[in-house]
Amino acid sequence: MVMATKVALDGAHAVSEAMRQIDPDVVAAYPITPQTAVVQRFSQFVADGRVNTEFVAVESEHAAMSACVGAAAAGGRVMTATAANGLALMWEMLYIAASMRLPIVMPVVNRALSGPLNIHCDHSDSMGARDAGWIQLYSETAQEAYDNTIQAIRIAEHADLKLPVMVMQDGFITGHGVERVEVADDKDVREFIGKYAPEHSLLDIDNPKTFGAWDMYDYYFEHKRQQTDAFSKAMPIITAVGKEFGSRFGRNYGIFDAFEMDDAEMAIIVLSSTAGTCRTVVRDMRKQGVKIGMLKLRVFRPFPAAELARALSRVRAVAVLDRSISFGAHEGAGPIFMELCSALFAAGSDAKVVDYIFGLGGRDIFPQHIEQVVHDLKEIASSGKVKSQVSYLGLRE
Amino acid sequence: MAIRLKEQSAKPERLASGHRFCAGCAEPIIIRQILNAIDEPVVVGAATGCTEIATSMYPTTAWRVPWIHSAFENVASTIAGAESMYRSLVRQGKMPDKNIRFVAIGGDGATYDIGLQWLSGALERGHRFIYICLDNEAYMNTGIQRSSATPLGASTTTSPAGEVRPGKQQWRKPLTEIIAAHHIPYVAQASPSNWRDLMEKARKAAAADGPSFINVLSDCNRGWRHSTETSIEVTRLAVETCYWPLYEVENNVWKVNYKPREKKPVEEWLKTQGRFRHLFQPQFRSVIDQIQANVDREWEILLKKSEG
Repeated sequence: MVMATKVALDGAHAVSEAMRQIDPDVVAAYPITPQTAVVQRFSQFVADGRVNTEFVAVESEHAAMSACVGAAAAGGRVMTATAANGLALMWEMLYIAASMRLPIVMPVVNRALSGPLNIHCDHSDSMGARDAGWIQLYSETAQEAYDNTIQAIRIAEHADLKLPVMVMQDGFITGHGVERVEVADDKDVREFIGKYAPEHSLLDIDNPKTFGAWDMYDYYFEHKRQQTDAFSKAMPIITAVGKEFGSRFGRNYGIFDAFEMDDAEMAIIVLSSTAGTCRTVVRDMRKQGVKIGMLKLRVFRPFPAAELARALSRVRAVAVLDRSISFGAHEGAGPIFMELCSALFAAGSDAKVVDYIFGLGGRDIFPQHIEQVVHDLKEIASSGKVKSQVSYLGLRE
Repeated sequence: MAIRLKEQSAKPERLASGHRFCAGCAEPIIIRQILNAIDEPVVVGAATGCTEIATSMYPTTAWRVPWIHSAFENVASTIAGAESMYRSLVRQGKMPDKNIRFVAIGGDGATYDIGLQWLSGALERGHRFIYICLDNEAYMNTGIQRSSATPLGASTTTSPAGEVRPGKQQWRKPLTEIIAAHHIPYVAQASPSNWRDLMEKARKAAAADGPSFINVLSDCNRGWRHSTETSIEVTRLAVETCYWPLYEVENNVWKVNYKPREKKPVEEWLKTQGRFRHLFQPQFRSVIDQIQANVDREWEILLKKSEG
């Protein structure tokens, strides 16, 4: 029997609680709204001697990720956390951390990228970093943010992967929203994550190694191939870790969460906290006999193309909810839409797919917006015609 | 602290031969002098630049000690991360204390310009590391572009001498003083020409219980425009003219380590290098006077600081 304590925590504090239990050897971090609570709370753990971590309060996010790279190369467990512009400032180092195959784990509290300046939730920050070589896990609730952070350690450090992991939650909505969170026993978390034994360490002075060498056209390409190969091995590992977590802590995790999908003729694809709103609407619509289901994506990188195509194989109309825009993309679509269209095209699907951009800069989304989406889907499913490939929810025009 | 040549020459090389530095480059000389002087085991970090590309071309490496490079601006944070991990693992009993010294190496571009914030942050936090600036007074790796270390009148590819402009129009950033203003345990300025002085400084830096910094004038014959065999003579003249004074700031006490018996005119140093050739044309001659005035003023200030 696994002991757990039910606590009222917001998403940011839930993540800092996971960090306390993980007790990384080094945390290098810089505060930024709405991630600040993560770093503040963790600093207090350091001040109270509740962790063994060497906490490096750096002068910028770029320095945070740079110090994480140096610390991870030196052979210990390393974490940081950030949001929005902080993540953007790290850009260069995100790629370097991933290319050096350093298993750094980073909670990200999603916030809109400037400009104009806005501190509220959308996914432009982490979606902008989607090609940086990090595994990306998205969380609907504070509980999921906590659970995903713990699982991220196991995923990142897996011998076949050695890839950094970002764990997302929605800024303010989840980050500052207090929920009931089941916090596992410290001992159980530590047993689950195990000890970290890196293959190479910069501190191994008896076996000196060169880290971050200059890599020209005669090797760089092969190294990139190795990196992408690692991603192709990630999905079964993420699934296995999710399953093991479930058997130990009672909450199962897969690649995505299917709700009312068994006989669904229409589906909504969504990330993070908005899944809650969608679930309510799907439930109501089901009562009215509408054959609608929902897929809440947990893993965006690697993108579960085959798995999604399978899950959507009997669906006639799909609505993607994108909380960011890929500027200049096909009709200004969002990244989930583009990825899903590629996946369905490759699988030979003839489902109609539409995209809804919503919630930019923290704009609220209400059940009636989702009801509108379902209404559109019904029309598309019956007529087989798409009026608008990309639409907007809750936008004044 | 004394450097005994016989002992030093018996120590194994930490930077192997067969690296790809240009003939006559001062950088590998300085690195070997410094790493030879430090008796403790070292972990070395390098910023993107000549040192990095000349020593680490995959699948080869010239490093016989653990070495890391991550990016251009951030070698101070990268090595600070490694040093933090070391302290953490030793404190937790996860590894034995091996008395490791952490050395960060950056050029003037990486130190005076793009990486100043990262360095300043690491100094303020008090990581125990030795930062070596190899100041060759421009972005030499990318083909001689001006930096804030480039002196007045030097012709670079982004401050070229032309019909109306005599090369760079500004003097240089007083980086060593900026670092000293962080009140870290040890700050010094050195030159490979005065090797014993440099090696003693490296040893003091390694002994400092906190951050230390050495700014070393690093001759680049490709950028400074002179023949490959005169690198050490050119850096010696920089010292003899007081263009590059040798001094240290140990626990906030300023000390000039070398006072030339006869302070030579800066013109003697300038004329050794093609990057200043245009200054000897009549219309730009006054720039030499300005350089001399800057050198004189800074030398006087430095003498006063070290007397006080």
